[in-house]
Amino acid sequence: MNETGFDLQLLNTFAALLLLSSFAMLSQRRVVTMVNLLAIQGVLLGLATLLLAWRTGKGHLYVSGAITLTLKAAFLPWLLHRLIRRLGVYWDSEPLLNIAGTMLVGLLIVIFAFGLAQPIAALATTTTRSSIGIAVAVVLLAFLTMITRRKAMSQVVGFLSMENGLFFGAMSATYGMPMIIELGVALDILVAMLVLGVFFFQIREQFDSLDLHHLESLKEEK
Amino acid sequence: MLNWLTQILEVLAALLAAPLFIGWVNQCRAWLQNKSAPSALLPYRNLRKLFHKEAVLANNASPFFRLAPYVVFGAMVCAAAIIPTLGTRLPFSNAADAIALVGLFATARVFMSLAAFDVGTAFGTLGARREMLVGFLAEPALLMVIFLASLISTSTALPTISEGLATRALGLYPSLAFTGVAFALVLLAENARIPVDNPATHLELTMIHEAMLLEYSARHLALMEWSAALKLFNYACIGFALFLPWGVATGDAPRPLALLAAIPILAFKLFAAGGLLALVETVSAKLRIFRAPEFLATAFLFAVLGLLVHLLLGA
Repeated sequence: MNETGFDLQLLNTFAALLLLSSFAMLSQRRVVTMVNLLAIQGVLLGLATLLLAWRTGKGHLYVSGAITLTLKAAFLPWLLHRLIRRLGVYWDSEPLLNIAGTMLVGLLIVIFAFGLAQPIAALATTTTRSSIGIAVAVVLLAFLTMITRRKAMSQVVGFLSMENGLFFGAMSATYGMPMIIELGVALDILVAMLVLGVFFFQIREQFDSLDLHHLESLKEEK
Repeated sequence: MLNWLTQILEVLAALLAAPLFIGWVNQCRAWLQNKSAPSALLPYRNLRKLFHKEAVLANNASPFFRLAPYVVFGAMVCAAAIIPTLGTRLPFSNAADAIALVGLFATARVFMSLAAFDVGTAFGTLGARREMLVGFLAEPALLMVIFLASLISTSTALPTISEGLATRALGLYPSLAFTGVAFALVLLAENARIPVDNPATHLELTMIHEAMLLEYSARHLALMEWSAALKLFNYACIGFALFLPWGVATGDAPRPLALLAAIPILAFKLFAAGGLLALVETVSAKLRIFRAPEFLATAFLFAVLGLLVHLLLGA
């Protein structure tokens, strides 16, 4: 066990908690709790970014940490909660795979992601390079969340969680992306959320449900 | 010489303190639920009463049924001898490592379940099947917890693990935190505590552990209850050895003073752990039996995540 500074230990703890929150999201049946977990993930990500900014002394990381905290930890969850209230979707239907099975698949995915990230981590020069594996795992777990859900709302939560994973990956591999890209991505997400919010109402008006397998029936109508 | 003294003292402490520990947990639980609490000494009185009664056996009980309480009790005493509760230099611990310890618990479980099948009543069979369901899911999680501790301290002997963890630099270890949660979940499931089984109910369709003991009486029942108390005590002490390893007499020749100091420290840890256990049992509701696999899958997940995080981050 090599001696590491307390701030790096704290960063590692944040990384581990991020992974844990992804698993919690994967196992969650209630949409409201999923959104709350997304907010927690946003807070963890924002705190990790601010801590990394303090550790490396890079000014632009402070900005992206602040953007993360306001956008991903506060605004988007608030928007999603409002949508849930107005659409009245509190529960997802039973996921495609049972929970215990999903978790085991998730574990295999984590092992795969850790293996996948090893050569990338070997090339990176940052002190946080060991967390790249966790970032890849968060992205893939968010993918799994999207695959195993039927309701549009839970898929959107999975999508946002995937963006969190990508952001964390960029942070641990290269201490964050250039400012202009980060601003662009943040704006993209914001607009995507607003557009998807409108979409939800359209989908529900068309099919009386947010269950996405209704969309498949369009193919047969030709 | 002192090592042997430690060994004997440890087993005696486990035997004597285990009923008190159960009594303390029950007392805390009653307090937290606004009931008038029974004395913490109640389990002792119960054991004395049961030992003085005449044993009654079912007509079709085989000798195996009578043998089982002694085997279960013996396995629990052996387990208590391996776990470093007071000192880490235990002569007996050379005989078995942490994986053998899991095996000892499994032996006790198998004998108990087979004895419950033996009489052939509906409740016994039901309880035994459920016990095996919970057991086979909890065991891999417990093994994963032990594997992580072994990885960190490069040994599977519990006293060495405990000593290695106690002398490590203080810091934030997410892997240990995850496995700590996993261990707590396994402890609740294995000892028939509330989210999985309710230790306070009899004759309900939800019971697991009590259903297996329905056919026992007198000294057999006393031994079974004593070994249940010992099992909880042992699990708590494994938890201390892995996650709170401080205060135990370490070093090649434990000084008498360190040994003396270890006793009140252990008592304090048990005191706190009992209160915490009662709190967890009070705030959580009992799970449906079909949700128990999910509960234990969570424990397994936590344990494996701890292991993976340790391998990736080295923390």
